[in-house]
Amino acid sequence: MNLLAAVTIPDVAIFVLSAALSLAGAVGILLAKNPVHAALSLVMTLFGIAVAFIELQADFLAAVQIIVYAGAIVVLFLFVIMFLGVDKREDLSVEPIVGQRSTAAVLVLGLMASIIALGFIGHFEVGPASQTAELTGGAGNVADLGRAVFTTYLFAFEATAGLLVIAVIGAVVLARKPEAKATAAVVEEGEQ
Amino acid sequence: MNGLLAADHLFDQGLTLAVFIIVVVKVVVAFAVLMGAVTLMIWFERKAISDMQSRIGPNRVGPWGLLQTLADGIKLFFKEDLIPAESDRFVFKLAPYLVVVPAFLIFAVIPVGGSVTIAHHTFDLQVADPPMGILLVLACSGIAVYGIMLAGWASGSKYPLMSSVRASAQMVSYEAALGMNVVTVLLVCNSLSTRAIVDAQGGSFFHWNLITTGIVPFFLFLIAATAELNRPPFDVVEADSELVGGFNTEYSSIRFALFYLAEFMNTITMSAVMVTLFFGGPAGPVPNIPHIKWIFPILWFTGKVVAFCYMYIWFRAALPRMRYDQLMDLGWKKLIPASLAWMLLVAAALTSWRWALIVLAGVFIGWIALTQAFEIGADRELSDASVLPSIGQRPLPGRVLRRMTDGDAPLDDEASDEEVEA
Repeated sequence: MNLLAAVTIPDVAIFVLSAALSLAGAVGILLAKNPVHAALSLVMTLFGIAVAFIELQADFLAAVQIIVYAGAIVVLFLFVIMFLGVDKREDLSVEPIVGQRSTAAVLVLGLMASIIALGFIGHFEVGPASQTAELTGGAGNVADLGRAVFTTYLFAFEATAGLLVIAVIGAVVLARKPEAKATAAVVEEGEQ
Repeated sequence: MNGLLAADHLFDQGLTLAVFIIVVVKVVVAFAVLMGAVTLMIWFERKAISDMQSRIGPNRVGPWGLLQTLADGIKLFFKEDLIPAESDRFVFKLAPYLVVVPAFLIFAVIPVGGSVTIAHHTFDLQVADPPMGILLVLACSGIAVYGIMLAGWASGSKYPLMSSVRASAQMVSYEAALGMNVVTVLLVCNSLSTRAIVDAQGGSFFHWNLITTGIVPFFLFLIAATAELNRPPFDVVEADSELVGGFNTEYSSIRFALFYLAEFMNTITMSAVMVTLFFGGPAGPVPNIPHIKWIFPILWFTGKVVAFCYMYIWFRAALPRMRYDQLMDLGWKKLIPASLAWMLLVAAALTSWRWALIVLAGVFIGWIALTQAFEIGADRELSDASVLPSIGQRPLPGRVLRRMTDGDAPLDDEASDEEVEA
């Protein structure tokens, strides 16, 4: 019970709010028929998670969550949706792949059943419940995080950076057309 | 929660009624001052521009036309609110708020003055001082992109859509340059909190980040911020001759007023952010006069912000609009590499002069490689391998269509057209 001793009413209120936001957004993504509405629901989920981060005193993560995920990544999602012109309501009455829905239902039920079964059969070693404390002795969120990333987890950090560079180069290579015949021909004629 | 509150000395004695009232008053005053400032800013812009263009400008409502904005606002409130039939109604109504709310929120972290003591409570003259202060500014400008993007999309009309695609591409690209220059400031100031950034510049003029970061980041930030605001000369978003009126073409009445409000409010808040980051915020000489000593930092802050606002107005009167591809070139090929290079230089110089020399050499090599890459890229732009020819050389859609249907398109008049353009 003393685990909950430090939890105050505002803590609970903020947690409930952020959880409600995240869940509402998540459900919205699944239920929205319009892709743009789904993307907006995703933003709501990201917001909820950012609020939860603030409650956990991870201010930097909260800010980055908004700047990077909401401010850049979902904006790019919306970009693609708008450019491809798929921002229409989808007709969900016809199955895109025959038998997809029934298969999905069976698989989900199977997964649920096996998880429940594991809970009954299996025996898990559980340590003491984890407990988080306030940051102590550090120079704040950013300094601690920066030190961890550039010392303990340097290899993982650099590997991630390399992976991102590879992804960018891959995207550039894919975006280049090998031959742009139709436009190029007209351009050449215009230049003559 | 407690961590957030602990950052502010106002909450040292816990959340009492007096503290609560002070917080509420701070919020209300900030809101009211910002609204008043926007009203004056709109009047100031119209008056200054008309002066530069040898016109009189608003002079009918109130003394010197001061109440013109108020009159416009009242008119807009009572106009009919139209929602286009093709629009996405929910998103159409949501979009203006996504622009206005971040514009207000940014101002919350700006320190407008020193600290004052009322009823034994000493507090800073700023609404909030969260530990990640300056990141909140970046986050808010990230959210404002949604407002503009969704406004254009939800209108269900093609020109607003084009405008909003342009706007969001522009804002997302320039945010990178903006962020990197903020990082340069943070390296010098050692903190993310806006109050700490201002305090670090408190000494004298030579402690201002304008000097300590080496002047260049300020100009990079200024350019990026102007683009982020979609203000002239980067206002391709509302290029009237190309896009009718921009993303808010279909908006009317109060919703249009909100966009208008947000635009000017963003100009003020971005000026305030620049003052905070580079010009010491409320820093300045304070004469030692008892009782009214606290007012001088506020005056300094206001003066600096007004100077920046005037600069933005001057930009609008003096500079022609950039073309969209020039804008993107400037952002990606010049501003972002330059910001990155200067950031690395400052970081190295803070470590030791040896590192500074090494990074300087690295930056130089990088600069040569980048210039070389751009040259190769410029050649390729016209070859078959390019994704699309650059805008000047791109055939008009009608011409491509005629080629496909008629086979031989009459190129004579096209050629003569191009000669005229050249």
